[in-house]
Amino acid sequence: MSESKFQPKSKIVQWIEYRLPIFSLMHAAVGPGYPTPKNLNYWWNFGSLAGLVLVVQIITGIVLAMHYTPTADLAFASVEHIMRDVNYGWLLRYVHANGGSMFFIVVYIHIFRGLYYGSYKAPRELLWMLGVVILLLMMATAFMGYVLPWGQMSFWGATVITSMFGAIPFIGDAILAFLWGDFAVGNATLNRFFSLHYLLPFVIVGVVILHMWALHQHGSNNPLGIDTKGPQDKVPFHPYYTAKDAFGVTVFIMFFAAMVFYEPNLLGHPDNYIPADRLSTPGHIVPEWYYLPFYAILRAITFDISIPGTNIVIITAKLAGVILMLGSILVLFLLPWLDFSKVRSATFRPLYKQIYWLLVIDVIVLGYVGAQKPEGILPTVGLIATAYYFIHFLVLMPIISKVEKPKPLPESISNPVIKAAE
Amino acid sequence: MATDDSSDSGDGATRRDFIHIASMGLGAVAVGAAMWPLIDQMNPSAEVLAMSTTEVDLSAIEVGQSITVVWRKKPVFIRRRTAAEIAEAQAVSLADLPDPETDADRVQKPEWLVMVGVCTHLGCVPLGEQGEYGGWFCPCHGSHYDTSGRIRKGPAPNNLEVPQYVFIDDNKILIG
Ligand code: HEM
Ligand code: FES
Repeated sequence: MSESKFQPKSKIVQWIEYRLPIFSLMHAAVGPGYPTPKNLNYWWNFGSLAGLVLVVQIITGIVLAMHYTPTADLAFASVEHIMRDVNYGWLLRYVHANGGSMFFIVVYIHIFRGLYYGSYKAPRELLWMLGVVILLLMMATAFMGYVLPWGQMSFWGATVITSMFGAIPFIGDAILAFLWGDFAVGNATLNRFFSLHYLLPFVIVGVVILHMWALHQHGSNNPLGIDTKGPQDKVPFHPYYTAKDAFGVTVFIMFFAAMVFYEPNLLGHPDNYIPADRLSTPGHIVPEWYYLPFYAILRAITFDISIPGTNIVIITAKLAGVILMLGSILVLFLLPWLDFSKVRSATFRPLYKQIYWLLVIDVIVLGYVGAQKPEGILPTVGLIATAYYFIHFLVLMPIISKVEKPKPLPESISNPVIKAAE
Repeated sequence: MATDDSSDSGDGATRRDFIHIASMGLGAVAVGAAMWPLIDQMNPSAEVLAMSTTEVDLSAIEVGQSITVVWRKKPVFIRRRTAAEIAEAQAVSLADLPDPETDADRVQKPEWLVMVGVCTHLGCVPLGEQGEYGGWFCPCHGSHYDTSGRIRKGPAPNNLEVPQYVFIDDNKILIG
């Protein structure tokens, strides 16, 4: 398929286009004018799904904000008011609360797709790094959103997570007062979290635009991980991938709706239906499921790190946990330079494929440990799984990319497909 | 150039360089000055700072009882310790403590232990008369504190903080 040129027939479109070339922009971005590898599989649906959820969150969030009160005394009651009194308030809130989870499901799959098919490699390094920025922004946004209902988990989750900054030597306490606007999480904290929770999704939209821009520069990667060699390897985005994305959207909405209508509280925590109480901490604090692997990493180090042979502590257990947790995401920024293999797709990388699946298991183990009380062998399991996480990226990736002998790559995207069809 | 306004001073620096550097420097100062209110508004406000002391009446607390009061939005534990607890707290050798501090340094009158009830790990409220050292236990990530509120085991790095307080008379303290 060759690329189609934008030639509008409508006089109105021509009039506008002459003054503001927005139609040709759309044509080239998501229309027939955007040539796309013709072999994309369903793992390539998750980018558009993430975009959809972002829009759903912004729309439901804006209407929730019309009924929500960001004041410590009234926040909890206003969320109950949304649930009980506001017309369809229960629906809007359940869509928004579950939408947060959907966003992370979709984005985690999207990220693991990139890890499997080597989408972070040249020339897509910046595209990948912008994605990691989006992940960080999403984590901050969802964290502050979860504080807004001002239940017990909201309050204590906010306390535990912000207290991590208290681990910073010397200025820790000053930073905490700065973040809280008080000597503890309180009304000032809730107010600023609401303000930022409203703002950050729009910052995400901005970074998503940069992400799309970088994507369009070199086009999508594909399951074979080889570059497209010409028009025979591509199809126009519209109607081929608009149709495929629309199919993905219908399946996804069924899943989303099943959660909202049948299990709206499955992924939440019952303690968050108890109003915040600053004098009593719930017996077992867990963050939302999408933070669990990182929470396990935060808790992995239970011992101070001292200069060997002395008692001089250089890094307290608390600070070590915080450094590792941030490091576990920041290491993703370095990924394009930790993997030296020229071959992108794991399909042709027998060794990488194995450690890829070990990483998937490792992250699931971390998630499990993060959800449990730190008792029995679990802290040890958490420590080993944390160590493995970093070994995967910092040791195994570089070594394997040097020693591995990749399988022969197909000549082009169209070649194997045509042969198979004969 | 039609006009020569660069009148070289000899060492390569021109008047134009000077104007560039001076205006950029001033601009940076102006941006910094404009940023400061935007940043400092995040810090605790005057009314939060104004509520910084709390007076507590101790007369109703029996030996072996604790109360929790709120000071600066944080729980403060006030415990009237038993003789056994005091003896236990005083008997501990400093070498056994991750954050060495004698019991005497943590109390004004041995019977009254006053401390901020915020775990020094990540800020949960520890539970009283629990844990392996008969003091406090934090359920969040398992920190054990002794009868002097000193950290003995678990991820918390420091002893429970002792706030500033004074005995106004035998039965009243002022915290803060
Ligand atoms: C990146 C997109 C967003 C994510 C991931 C997100 C996530 C969340 C989460 C997890 C909650 C807690 C839900 C609960 O347990 O009740 C929440 C609450 C809330 N969010 Fe968002 N949000 C997003 C965008 C927005 C936007 C753009 C607004 C617009 C103001 C908004 C307004 C609210 C409000 C008012 C609440 C409190 C009501 C409630 O708890 O349901 N959100 N958000
Ligand atoms: S907050 Fe107390 S142990 Fe973590």
